Amino acid sequence: MEDLPREYLPILVFLGLAIGLGVVLLLAAAVVAVRNPDPEKLSAYECGFNAFDDARMKFDVRFYLVSILFIIFDLEIAFLFPWAVAFKDVGDLGFWSMMVFLGVLTIGFAYEWKKGALEWE
Amino acid sequence: MGVAEFAFYLFAITTVAAGLFVVIARNPVHSVLWLILTFLSSAGLFVLLGAEFVAMLLIIVYVGAVAVLFLFVVMMLDVDFAELKAEMAEYMPIAILIAIILLVELGTGIGVWVFSDEALAQRAAITPDIAETHNTAALGQLIYGDYIYLFQAAGLILLVAMIGAIVLTIRHRPDIKRQNVIHQMHRDPAKAMELKDVKPGQGL
Amino acid sequence: MVEFFTETNLGIFLLILGQCLLVTVMILISLAFLMYGDRKIWAAVQMRKGPNVVGVFGLLQSFADFLKYIAKEIVVPSGADKFVFFLAPMITFVLATISWVVIPFNDGWVISNLNIAVLYIFAISSLEVYGVIMGGWASNSKYPFLGSLRSAAQMISYEVSIGLIIIGIIISTGSLNFGEIVAAQDGRFGFFSWYWVPHFPMVFLFFISALAETNRPPFDLPEAESELVAGYQVEYSSTPFLLFMIGELMAVVLMCALVSILFFGGWLSPVPGLPDGIFWLIAKMAFFFFIFSMVKAITPRYRYDQLMRIGWKVFLPMSLAWVVLVAFFAHFGAFGGAYARWAIGG
Repeated sequence: MEDLPREYLPILVFLGLAIGLGVVLLLAAAVVAVRNPDPEKLSAYECGFNAFDDARMKFDVRFYLVSILFIIFDLEIAFLFPWAVAFKDVGDLGFWSMMVFLGVLTIGFAYEWKKGALEWE
Repeated sequence: MGVAEFAFYLFAITTVAAGLFVVIARNPVHSVLWLILTFLSSAGLFVLLGAEFVAMLLIIVYVGAVAVLFLFVVMMLDVDFAELKAEMAEYMPIAILIAIILLVELGTGIGVWVFSDEALAQRAAITPDIAETHNTAALGQLIYGDYIYLFQAAGLILLVAMIGAIVLTIRHRPDIKRQNVIHQMHRDPAKAMELKDVKPGQGL
Repeated sequence: MVEFFTETNLGIFLLILGQCLLVTVMILISLAFLMYGDRKIWAAVQMRKGPNVVGVFGLLQSFADFLKYIAKEIVVPSGADKFVFFLAPMITFVLATISWVVIPFNDGWVISNLNIAVLYIFAISSLEVYGVIMGGWASNSKYPFLGSLRSAAQMISYEVSIGLIIIGIIISTGSLNFGEIVAAQDGRFGFFSWYWVPHFPMVFLFFISALAETNRPPFDLPEAESELVAGYQVEYSSTPFLLFMIGELMAVVLMCALVSILFFGGWLSPVPGLPDGIFWLIAKMAFFFFIFSMVKAITPRYRYDQLMRIGWKVFLPMSLAWVVLVAFFAHFGAFGGAYARWAIGG
């Protein structure tokens, strides 16, 4: 067996084990417990009255903005990981090139802050 | 058949099948979920290739961030699917055209990489010894020195994306009361309130 | 006999399966008692007795709860997307479980000694948001939907600062392997050579981000019962709900393990001379779980806009500035190489 998959095989085995355990738990209740549905029990919870409209409604565009900003910072972290690991090998050039990169993104962050994109209203 | 081959066929078949379901699923949210499965099994393929850093990055960036955005967008859209289905025939020629162009581009890209004379030398030059350096460290040694201009260009692209997202989405509501935390914390009790001695029976 | 487990494919597979089973069973059993401990601590803060009926001092309460969950009816709301409805708790549970595959419990006691273990944990925790989103969406009910949206935005906001804090540790260590991170903290000062000294402010930031990432009070906005009833879990009952609960609690314990390993030296002993061992890691994890419980008991809940403000306007700039600071210290060898542990080799 090759070296790399040997380290990843346990993850696959553990994944299978966890899925198996979860399915067993789900099935246990399905087998053991009573099932006695009626329309009132199955209706969506809404503090006592019937739902007026569909629950999957439109929501604020702000959630969309937050997730875009998250992607950008996530990519920034993705660039930082190999840099941090190879920190002792990248030398002066690598060090300062990352500082410039972070500086550029800090400008973006300052712009965000000034525009009020980080405010939740 | 060894474990590695079994894992390869498992991931490959899952990738293709899940990709197919992305296209044919009726509900767009289900499509996104299938897309996530596609990403995950491609990450498995990357691991089998020995590119563990790229595999993890695929999960962190595409599944953990991009697909969350897709889910938000799909959940936010209020689309009538029957109407969309009816319009599909109209857009079919353009879709096929785009697909063919993409296919040709991909083919050219791979073809140049595989057949050109310099490609072999370049590939041989940039790969550090796998036995000595880990995947992530090897990438780190290359990106920040040898590919410094591309790296800085990536930073600028991220900046443009950040500004673009803000310009496109931000709409401040004027009629709303905002909290200024710094302002609140620096309020001076001496200025903000006044003590009055009220005489009994007189009031203010 | 030994060759069978290290040489043949079937033997290796059985060995791995045995290790996985051992870790899973150990963690599930300890979760039962941690749940009990959590409730007892919470009760003690409020001057109640807490669970005290099942078994001696109520020690078997969690097992009784477990049986009760299995005996309950699974209610699937009529408008729900059935497949996704059951997939959501499964995802939460499975992801929380498979994170443990790379956590070392002692020197070399790790199921999968990945070179990129930190990235793996980061990847898994970035997936955990799906259990919440899918649970809320599949229920097709208003409270779960709103709760899951809030929760998703909250989790992704704090993931950024967790990632940046970890970067600081990696700069100091030069490796993404937990074993090497712990080994880099071994020094002659024992307790004072661990990373909590050089990375001091980040211990607090990491701990608070961990609270927000695991949706624990005071950041339990998704299940703010006063406004959203129970967030994305409203429509869940029986074992699907149990899977959500196990998954959440397991994520909390994982965060305790991460704090212990990243900042407090994992299995290293605090006093030079005493032997290192798994009991130190367990003691540290138990201590941080106690802190988690105390925080839950004594802090009031945050408001959502304040939560997002702290995440983006305080934690993100602070952790980013810290990364730059650590990079400068490490690059120019400040403080006798305290930030560049690869250089002094210890």
